[in-house]
Amino acid sequence: MSFSRTTRAVLVAFSALVLLFVYAPLALVVLNSFNTSRTFEWPPPGLTTQWWAATMDSSGARNAVVVSVEVALMATALALVLGTMAALALQRFRFFGRDTLSLLIVLPIALPGVVTGIALANAFLTMFGIQLGLFSLVVSHATFCMVTVFNNAIARLRRLGGNLEEASMDLGAGTFRTFWSVTLPMMRSALLAGALLSFALSFDEIIVTTFTAGSGVQTLPIWIYQNLFRPNQAPVVNVVAAALIVASVIPIWLSQKLAGTDESVAAAR
Amino acid sequence: MLWLAVLYLGSLAALFLTSLWTVDAFGGNIERVWNLDNYRDLLTLDVYRTITVRTLLTAAAVTVIDALLAFPIALYMAKVASPRMQRWLVIAVLTPLWASYLVKAYAWRGMFATGGPLDSVGASPGYGLAATVLTLAYLWLPYMILPMYAGLERLPNSLIEASADLGASTATTMRRVVFPVLLPAAVAGSIFTFSLTLGDYIAVKIVGGANQMLGNVVYDSFLTGNNLPFAAAVATIPVAVMLVYLTAVRRTGALDAL
Repeated sequence: MSFSRTTRAVLVAFSALVLLFVYAPLALVVLNSFNTSRTFEWPPPGLTTQWWAATMDSSGARNAVVVSVEVALMATALALVLGTMAALALQRFRFFGRDTLSLLIVLPIALPGVVTGIALANAFLTMFGIQLGLFSLVVSHATFCMVTVFNNAIARLRRLGGNLEEASMDLGAGTFRTFWSVTLPMMRSALLAGALLSFALSFDEIIVTTFTAGSGVQTLPIWIYQNLFRPNQAPVVNVVAAALIVASVIPIWLSQKLAGTDESVAAAR
Repeated sequence: MLWLAVLYLGSLAALFLTSLWTVDAFGGNIERVWNLDNYRDLLTLDVYRTITVRTLLTAAAVTVIDALLAFPIALYMAKVASPRMQRWLVIAVLTPLWASYLVKAYAWRGMFATGGPLDSVGASPGYGLAATVLTLAYLWLPYMILPMYAGLERLPNSLIEASADLGASTATTMRRVVFPVLLPAAVAGSIFTFSLTLGDYIAVKIVGGANQMLGNVVYDSFLTGNNLPFAAAVATIPVAVMLVYLTAVRRTGALDAL
């Protein structure tokens, strides 16, 4: 291409710096999880695996992981059903207010989380009279998870067009049969990518969670947040953080397997 | 489908209605009396004006920093790197998005800590507003890189070559060819960086020292202060700001790039 050598060199150097900026803090957390110093002295006076062992024994952290997985699974399941239906409705049928509606669906991610959180908490408490707890938490998570499923599903539907479905109907299949044997198989990888992202979003979410979980439900992010400022818990919190950083490779690997790079770009947006 | 319409929009509407109520000073119960007291407090009390201005400035600073950081790497990814390198870079930029938000803010707490890596070379600003801006810029950086990368990828290489062939310097090519493509992408990214910063209160708590943002006021009024109506009134500020922002940027065509 036509960039001069100097421009290229500058760009390479700058990109390397940005990547360093991105990964240095994460590397520090992982390194500190082996730090013998309780207060994360820098540079580490020595390395140990005792904090990892201590974390395995921490029942608080273990329970929080279980709660987070449960919430994320339920929210993802709900989001999958609702997001797919919304995408089908918007893509396949023309109706009054269709354009407004597609803008509306993006709102939960375009508005700050604190707004979504307090709006939902307020709705549960004052409108429906529902106590905050597991139910309100799952419903809230599903509301923003639905957006990611919807985005993936509608992108796939747009690319597919309606020809195969029309063919199926012409050959005598009913609406349900067409959906089950034609539409759904074609959407499968898009839906899986959406579900993966939903799960990750819900698993990590803290802002909406602090508003809608009530005091009885402790997800992993809430657990981390509550223990973050306690000096004697610091090494354990740090190990959990390190474990989460290492674990974030799993969804990346899965999404790369699921589809090409471009798809995962779309999924992450 | 009705889910969103009812639950989400309904909640927002209800939130606005709630902001017009007050809390009984003794019992702490919500009194359903219509008044504008909460908004009057917001407008007249200096502390809230300071916090609002601070939050908006932080959001603006974060957006500018992200745009400056994202541009070179997006350009490198889209126009200079080999296809193989490009694949790796996309993954490298995406990976932190999957890491927990809380963990990333926590990571910066370690970086800024007294006696931590930055402090040991004398470069840590300590916990405070500067640390908050940097942490938030870090958190939302991928949201700026990705739209910029996508925008630049769509720019045909032949245009850049033509510009150079016609005698334009690198700077001129940047300004006349690359920049016009970049602008809508940057605006699309800024919707995220801006909105996410407006609502953040966790990162401020972790690295911001005693500083407060709008999100903290909402959270504290809601949970600690038990004053839901006032929290609701505060929460309408970011909504109003985002609505103005979205309407303003609609003309640039950035919304289609989302």
